[in-house]
Amino acid sequence: MITLEHVSKTYKVSKRDAGFKSAWKSFFHREYEYIHALDDVSFTIQDGEMVGYIGPNGAGKSSTIKILSGILIPDQGLCQINGITPWKNRIRHTRGIGVVFGQRTQLWWDVPVIDSFELLKEIYQIDTASYRQNLDRLTEMLDLAQLLRTPTRQLSLGQRMRCEVAASLLHNPGILFLDEPTIGLDAVSKLAVRDFILQLNKEQNTTVILTTHDMLDIEALTKRIILIGRGRVLLDGTIEDIRRGCDSTEEALAAFYQSHGI
Amino acid sequence: MEYRKYTAFFRLQFSMGLQYRTAAFAGIVTQFVWGILEILMFRAFYQTDASGFPMTFAAASTYVWMQQAFLALFMPWMMDNEIFSNIRDGNVSYELCRPVDLYQMWFVKNLASRLARAVLRCMPILVVAAFLPYPYGMTAPADLTSFLLFLFTLMTGLAVTVAICMLIYISAFFTLSPDGIRMAALCVIEFLSGAVIPLPFLPDNMRKLISLLPFASMQNVPLRIYSCDLSGSSMQHAVCLQLIWLLLLVTAGRQLAVLALRKVTLQGG
Amino acid sequence: MKLYWKYFQIHLKSCMEYKASFILTCIGQFLASFNIFLGVYFMFQRFTAIGGFTYHEILLCFGITLMEFSLAETFGRGFDMFSDCIRKGEFDRILVRPRSEILQVLGSRIEFTRIGRMLQAAIMFSYGIYAGDVDWSFSKILTVVFMLIGGTVVFSGIFLISASICFFTLDSLEIINIFTDGAREYGRYPVSIYGRRVLILCTFVIPYALIQYYPLTYLLDKGKPWYGMLPLAACLFVLPCLLLWKYGVRHYTSSGS
Repeated sequence: MITLEHVSKTYKVSKRDAGFKSAWKSFFHREYEYIHALDDVSFTIQDGEMVGYIGPNGAGKSSTIKILSGILIPDQGLCQINGITPWKNRIRHTRGIGVVFGQRTQLWWDVPVIDSFELLKEIYQIDTASYRQNLDRLTEMLDLAQLLRTPTRQLSLGQRMRCEVAASLLHNPGILFLDEPTIGLDAVSKLAVRDFILQLNKEQNTTVILTTHDMLDIEALTKRIILIGRGRVLLDGTIEDIRRGCDSTEEALAAFYQSHGI
Repeated sequence: MEYRKYTAFFRLQFSMGLQYRTAAFAGIVTQFVWGILEILMFRAFYQTDASGFPMTFAAASTYVWMQQAFLALFMPWMMDNEIFSNIRDGNVSYELCRPVDLYQMWFVKNLASRLARAVLRCMPILVVAAFLPYPYGMTAPADLTSFLLFLFTLMTGLAVTVAICMLIYISAFFTLSPDGIRMAALCVIEFLSGAVIPLPFLPDNMRKLISLLPFASMQNVPLRIYSCDLSGSSMQHAVCLQLIWLLLLVTAGRQLAVLALRKVTLQGG
Repeated sequence: MKLYWKYFQIHLKSCMEYKASFILTCIGQFLASFNIFLGVYFMFQRFTAIGGFTYHEILLCFGITLMEFSLAETFGRGFDMFSDCIRKGEFDRILVRPRSEILQVLGSRIEFTRIGRMLQAAIMFSYGIYAGDVDWSFSKILTVVFMLIGGTVVFSGIFLISASICFFTLDSLEIINIFTDGAREYGRYPVSIYGRRVLILCTFVIPYALIQYYPLTYLLDKGKPWYGMLPLAACLFVLPCLLLWKYGVRHYTSSGS
């Protein structure tokens, strides 16, 4: 179970204007501004739920995911995941989570995918029997048999993403964070990844938190949506709460953003 | 009107160079330490055998400080990696979409970034070095003429350095990903320009040969003119040689650039 | 440890994929420090000694120092290039994995191309021994081993410091180059030639003298026998470095990237 209570986070960023003169000025005197990335954010997610975490760019999504992963310590508030505070028990916590960053790969670039997998087996200290079992299952579900011996750099984006997802699940985590997993993928690959996640959730009861701008992903996978804007939770409900009978989710969402001034 | 394009590039690159103030401070401290250690090393040799020194110890100290102060102007390895990756990826063809002469644009960009970096660093180093006790610090120039000549050859030396860099950039059009080769070339250039040890320290017959190469026209000429190590007719020869090399290198560079671009537009990068 | 071995294998495999580039980079590395060697060579064409050390003794010194540095660079490169790691957000990836950050950063980069420099170091060292007049004994051989171990640890410690600074600012990194590249370049001569003040700094602040000068004087019979043990004491240097690293990680996680 994931719990966030009154979590806040503020960043200090140095300001810099454009132009030759400003370059000289900023050389001698730095100005800062404070960005309130998260402002009193609270929600609870039960085991096995599939949640879509959406919001416009700069809303605070990545900050939340970082806090939930244990990479970032909030200024205020509590966070508990399966009874552990993520940043206080980093190693224990990370054993139970899997993360897929859409833009960056965790596989080694020049070596066959299977070698990256073996390294991950060592990193997560997965015993050989479970590793074999998981690997076979994931290979079957994601159709990876042909890809395992190929170096990562030779894979297409769709193939690579399937391998990424598999890599993040080798250690059988109870919670999966997906950050833009289908970005840049063609239609076939998108469907493959989506179907896989649905199956995973059904069979393993994996909690899935999905961050994406692709509304079709959200509609296909998640029932619950948490919408964050300017660091605050603006909506914690279902797709219908946004759509309200509109045909296009995207348009409804854009209207929603506008009405809240974000 | 043509010039405005290039001055715009110059200003942009210059402002970029100014942005990193903590980096500049760190760089100055680093170079200062380098300078001190280098001079201490020379001192150790001097104490062993003063007669083996081809110049006065004070002149050697001055050379070291000048080299550090103007490092950004002359060091061959301070090249723009973006240009190399653009050539490698083929993105250089996008540069061709703009109505500028590629050689001139890159030349001006390199000049600007080197000058920006040098401007930041040279004053603090020179000022502090001037206050160091003799003979560890900087000495004043001997007379006005040699100082003016020094400034002149400093600029021409910079131009020669950039012209050599241009040839290295252009060579990347013709060879495939030569990182190791480039490093080798840079090492050789660094040695031959007098950056590892000042050229007067090398054995005489070697030195005569090396002074004819373009690399001796980079930092070697201005720095030695300043401390009057180069004077009289040998100085005149050196300056003339420097100008000749500048002409040759720029001409060769432009010609090769034309060939390279022809290759790019034919093959699509 | 098993994990590190896995990292080693994967880097080796990765390296072998690009054999041509590997060899070229090795050569490039070799030439870079060859330049420094040429500097020494030509200076000694004019001068017979420096600070009481002859050409062959200098080669010995240079050889050992270069070897120490290259070893540290080969294995500690992950910390040396840590600014890239932070810039690309890869440290976040490291934090999401249930293993020690230090182990993962160490494993993130193992640079085999430094073999180019190691080769030069070995050649210089061998020539120094061959042409010089070292009276070998078991304790002296042990001293050399200690120097290599101690030197690698000290340089790795400096890499750790440079990596830790990345947590606070990505700008001022150049200063650390004084201690890494500077040590490699100016370590070609025994630290004593730079004067008393430098020697004291290098004994008590950053223990270069303990891994280079003092044991060297023992090897050349210019110093006391217990100097040969000093490199091991220098290993303690890594402790404050580790503390700084831990502090840096803490700062990173509380301020966000």
